[in-house]
Amino acid sequence: MLEGFARFARNRMALFGAAVLLCLLLLVVLTPVIYPDDPFKLAGPALQPPGGRFLLGTDTLGRDVAAEIAYGARTSLIIGVGATLAAIVFGAVAGGVAGYYRGRTETVLMRITEFFQTIPAFIFALLIVAILSPSVSSEIIAIAAVSWPSIARLVRGEFVSLGGREFVQACAGLGASDARIIFNHMLPNCASSIIAVGSLLIGTAILLEAGLAFLGLGDPNVMSWGLIISAGRAVLRSAWWICTFPGIAILLTVLGINLIGDGLNEALNPRLRER
Amino acid sequence: MRFARYIGYRLVTALPVIFGIIVLNFLLIHLAPGDAASVLAGESGAATPEYMDELRHKFGLDQSLGMQFLTYVSNMAHFNLGYSYRNDADVSSLILERLGPTSLLMLTAFGTAVALGIILGLVAATGRNSWRDNIISLISLVAYATPGFWLGLMMIVIFSIGLGWLPTSGFDTVGAGHEGWAEVWDVARHLVMPAVSLALFYLALYARLMRASVLEQTGMDYVTTARAKGQTERRIMTGHVLRNALLPIVTIAGVQAGNLIGGSIVVETVFGWPGIGTLAFNALQSRDLNLLLAIFFMSACLIVIINLAVDVIYVMLDPRMEI
Repeated sequence: MLEGFARFARNRMALFGAAVLLCLLLLVVLTPVIYPDDPFKLAGPALQPPGGRFLLGTDTLGRDVAAEIAYGARTSLIIGVGATLAAIVFGAVAGGVAGYYRGRTETVLMRITEFFQTIPAFIFALLIVAILSPSVSSEIIAIAAVSWPSIARLVRGEFVSLGGREFVQACAGLGASDARIIFNHMLPNCASSIIAVGSLLIGTAILLEAGLAFLGLGDPNVMSWGLIISAGRAVLRSAWWICTFPGIAILLTVLGINLIGDGLNEALNPRLRER
Repeated sequence: MRFARYIGYRLVTALPVIFGIIVLNFLLIHLAPGDAASVLAGESGAATPEYMDELRHKFGLDQSLGMQFLTYVSNMAHFNLGYSYRNDADVSSLILERLGPTSLLMLTAFGTAVALGIILGLVAATGRNSWRDNIISLISLVAYATPGFWLGLMMIVIFSIGLGWLPTSGFDTVGAGHEGWAEVWDVARHLVMPAVSLALFYLALYARLMRASVLEQTGMDYVTTARAKGQTERRIMTGHVLRNALLPIVTIAGVQAGNLIGGSIVVETVFGWPGIGTLAFNALQSRDLNLLLAIFFMSACLIVIINLAVDVIYVMLDPRMEI
């Protein structure tokens, strides 16, 4: 794995992605210092164009767009990372059990996984948030609910190929319990693939969150990029900046994460490296 | 004949998916806080008590959970999707009358994405690591990270508000009374921006896939054989590699069909396109959950049909496939 990170460090695109993400993390950490006030609070006159006293202008209610974006970054990252972690845990359990026990368990679990991959993901996520009522946690649940199948399929595949290896059979021969073999021996061996695929899932999760918030399913008490865009839509004709800047923030963030993910994929998944 | 039997067989294997959606919908209704009847009625305030009682009876909500489920399945199987108070219309007819615009938008976006994606992927793969390859890779990376609805808004700012070339929203110019080709032209002008917003992400996806797929195929033995026979590179590409490289694209295209429907919700909302997406957005605004569930159900049925079509295309592309 260390060798993998060295390969990652030689990939210039991946390093660019890492730099973008680092800037974003810095912004999230410094937000309370730069913008100590609540982003929902009025900061000045409404619909100020960018460049004056407000770097990125103000919105219809006179809130500072730059402050809104800074607070939105935190929301996007929390939901993106939270949903991905939840999807990894759930997907690894489902895929791990299927790949370890094989047989009928595998057939049933993989049928269910395929089912969740076929259904229209975004509408499903939308329904879950609408039914649980919009909040950060219901957004995380909804995004995780549509993201886990790819992890489950990955882990199942890895487990199937690991199952026949000597070290696994040696453990079983020594009388180790199923749980011990799965968690201490097999899962660590798929860690690099999970990290590579999971990093790409964060980008997708952030895009999904923006879409949900744009449709009015974001947490109404938390600032988010999708929320700013959906609020600015009504005044698109006169105030282009309200919609433009949060979108650029989404684009850069997802681009950065995808570049890191691609870099990790190339560095950690030897099977893909030749391409 | 064999083909017809194959299609029949695939339809039967598709049934579990439909059934799964019905189970999922049933669970979601019961997951919602409050009485299931008020969920089904949409806005609980708008429905009369008599209607609520009728609903409870119709969906068997006064019976045991098992009976409720059977009633629900039977209603769905008969496309008995309920009534939308908010829209004052039958849910199934609401969806059906919006199917046209949505299909037009989806097919245009999908066709553009697949065709252009294949061409761009091919161009990138044949000139590996050249400037063409790098530019195509860069564009697909950016397109991959762009939210479709934001792209739509930005195009409105530039092409509608700034340059005044294209209309901002709607299906056609209201009250213009165009006929024949004038109407086609009018709709096409309204269609351009929604279709591009929806297509761009998938275009990037297919370009990336096609590039990888072509590169994988060019390393195969049969390509070396063809080259040894003295065939031109162009002939190798069009006669041998292309058809094999297309197979994974067809598979993924089928899988992606479901996401395309989801994407059309946000894009239709941005452009006021009078399709299922706008219907879903309005249902969301008024918390008309039954209408949303019905849209979910209908889209899943649509996906099953699309996947069937993909399988048929697959068999036509790859004669090795046993049917």
